Amino acid sequence: MKYDILIAGVGGQGVVLASRMLALAAMKSGFHVSTAETIGMSQREGSVSSHIRIGDKVSGSLIPIGQADLLLGLEPAETIRNLPFLRKGGKVLVNTHAIPPASRPPGSPEYDPAALLSFLSECYPEILCSDFTELAEDVGTYRAANVAMLGAAVGARALPFSEETLKAVLDAEIPEKYRAVNRAAFERAMKCIRFISGT
Amino acid sequence: MTDKKLLMGNEAIALGAIEAGVQVVTGYPGTPSTEALETIIRYADRCGIYTEWSSNEKVALETAVGAAYSGAKALVTMKQVGLNVASDPLMSLSYIGVKGALVLLVADDPGPHSSQTEQDTRAFGHFANIPVLDPATPQEAYEMTKLAFELSHEFEIPVILRTTTRVSHSCGDVEVAVAEPEPVEAVGEGFVKDRRWTIFPRLTAERHPWLEGVQEQLSERFSELPFNSVSGTGKIGIIASGVSALYVKEAMESVRYSEELFTLFTVGTVYPFPEKAALSFLKEIDRLIVAEELDPYLEEQVLQLIGKAHLPVDVYGKKNGFFPVGGEYNVNLVTDGINLALSAFGESLRLSSAVPAISKEKLPPLPVRAPTLCAGCMHRTVFYAFKQAAKQLKKETQADTIFSGDIGCYTLGNAYPLNMVDTCLCMGAGVSIAGGLSRTNPQAKQVAFIGDSTFFHSGIPAVVNAVYNGADITLAVLDNRTTAMTGHQPHPGIGLTALGSASKAIEIADVVRSCGIEFIKTVNTVEADSLGSCVKAAKEAMNFKGPSVVVFKGRCAGITKSGKYYEIKPEACTGCGFCVKELGCPALNLDADKPVIQDSCSGCGLCAQICPSEAIGIGGVKL
Repeated sequence: MKYDILIAGVGGQGVVLASRMLALAAMKSGFHVSTAETIGMSQREGSVSSHIRIGDKVSGSLIPIGQADLLLGLEPAETIRNLPFLRKGGKVLVNTHAIPPASRPPGSPEYDPAALLSFLSECYPEILCSDFTELAEDVGTYRAANVAMLGAAVGARALPFSEETLKAVLDAEIPEKYRAVNRAAFERAMKCIRFISGT
Repeated sequence: MTDKKLLMGNEAIALGAIEAGVQVVTGYPGTPSTEALETIIRYADRCGIYTEWSSNEKVALETAVGAAYSGAKALVTMKQVGLNVASDPLMSLSYIGVKGALVLLVADDPGPHSSQTEQDTRAFGHFANIPVLDPATPQEAYEMTKLAFELSHEFEIPVILRTTTRVSHSCGDVEVAVAEPEPVEAVGEGFVKDRRWTIFPRLTAERHPWLEGVQEQLSERFSELPFNSVSGTGKIGIIASGVSALYVKEAMESVRYSEELFTLFTVGTVYPFPEKAALSFLKEIDRLIVAEELDPYLEEQVLQLIGKAHLPVDVYGKKNGFFPVGGEYNVNLVTDGINLALSAFGESLRLSSAVPAISKEKLPPLPVRAPTLCAGCMHRTVFYAFKQAAKQLKKETQADTIFSGDIGCYTLGNAYPLNMVDTCLCMGAGVSIAGGLSRTNPQAKQVAFIGDSTFFHSGIPAVVNAVYNGADITLAVLDNRTTAMTGHQPHPGIGLTALGSASKAIEIADVVRSCGIEFIKTVNTVEADSLGSCVKAAKEAMNFKGPSVVVFKGRCAGITKSGKYYEIKPEACTGCGFCVKELGCPALNLDADKPVIQDSCSGCGLCAQICPSEAIGIGGVKL
């Protein structure tokens, strides 16, 4: 068994936390796991990604080009930036909530989220997208968008472990103060994706 | 009782050190090494481990040396450029050796992701005669930490545990021997007076042959260790160390019967090079591919050995262009290098790479998302103030201003649209570089920026020099009361130790006053109308003849929020976009040509102070 997940987003969106939750759930399910995270200078509002490699064997933590089984995109442009990692037939889940870059140095392309989202749906007709930031905001805080996307991945049957295993990890890892709102975001996103994808 | 944990490489190293019985731990924060000491801090009280953040890496190493002279097991942690700062004591220490044990965790940063250099600590170990272990995974990092302590104690020599970003910052499942760290033993007899602890030319001359002898003994020992392993029986040899060895293994999986085509020699104990083990590997192969990040260290070792033993083996590596000389490696890059070598020896076989669903070339243009100062960061206010002060001075006196930066979050002042860093070199260099610039550009104003932690790290000698030699410079201290970039560690100015207990807080203004600085101003940046006083202080300091210092005190938006947020009054906003264009604040964006303030606003009020239409005001309170 080998299952590679890439989470892409912007510094501050909780990519590292989401990746830790998936890694713990994979380990609990008896797999080896190896992650690579963006920590340090690039975290400051820059593009960030986490690679989570799950399998029967220990491997280097970086996913090779064209081998990710699942791409969890917390932001449209960052999703597209990481598309080359996705294997043919791999799954993509996208948070349609765009985060414009902090500044636009002369000569850098303009950010047109709508155009990028339509590029994504042309490339991947089966793509699952929703505004998970808004969904999280509705249940309490936009900050829970990362956990909402984990719920969405469960709803899309895109993870190599059970819903219960992941929920147990979330309950154990998220401080009590934030547990209820994260749980609510997780459940709502899971149901939302089940509804969209008809699973 | 063994246990399985999900550990970051740095956490695994910390647990390995505690199991090895480490008694004294020192370090200076630096990506990607920081979490090792932070993890020890969590267990320090419970396990009885003395732990400190030292003022810099040299001090950290010397503190650990004192402990190791006393028979203690000591660990010192730093990033690769920190080793440069610590290299003075380390070079001498190799001759003196240690009594307890001394392990240096040095984290390299291929890429680099968060560093000034792509230096290779394996080569540094070679240069310094200090043994180097090079783990590939968090599990190996944990085991090699314990080995490092054993070797250091047995051979009475410091040992470097060298990691890279993908080991230190990778999380993996690690099998640990003890489920919960247990208290370590107390230090035994302590320091025993002996001439061996006082370096002197005669002692160095006596010890040099011993030092060289230890290298030979260690090379022999390393040849027997399981961290160096050979797999496969093929005539094409591949040698790799650290995480690159995992990339090679994965690249080879793309062909069937790869073990009959290739023989892989994985080197875990890289310096002294395990010559015996390497020789028996080299004798069984016809050709050798070297896959390693950073320096061609293994390549040079094998080339030397092949020459020495007159072996008929051709080597394909960085030196003849088969692999990139710099940058971080990955499976794709290693696959390409091996394929290039295979084609050079006329082999028809190729390793295959997966074809992505969409290649990079087919992606639409994407926004550039460079790292930038956080929303509400006090540095933005200070940079903007100096920009205004410099503009005014230019108008009044035609003088240009050169801005020298330093190492920390505030290096991001270089980003568009602030563009406030004209030079940046290494920790503490900004002040002295400004001094040098003042000698050669007398018509220009010189401003150096330095953070609070960097000031204590290596800024002080440069201030002393500026006073001593009368440099006409202005030093702006960006005092946000923390070591922000590496994750908010305390420092000598805070009044807290690594473990959070109270200590004497050293006032930066007092330090520079005692150094003889005559112009000193302290400005509070926390107030929402602080821009005016920042500009005023900046200008006064720049107009002062001789060295001047302004300490800007504020808070790090990453840990302390103002409790407020700002919003744009739509009826007053003319849509000029001045706030967005001038500041580059991540909380400010243009939406359909009108500025909008995002949720990430942390209420510094800088935008409200510069808005030409006074269209920005406090929106409310934020929890």
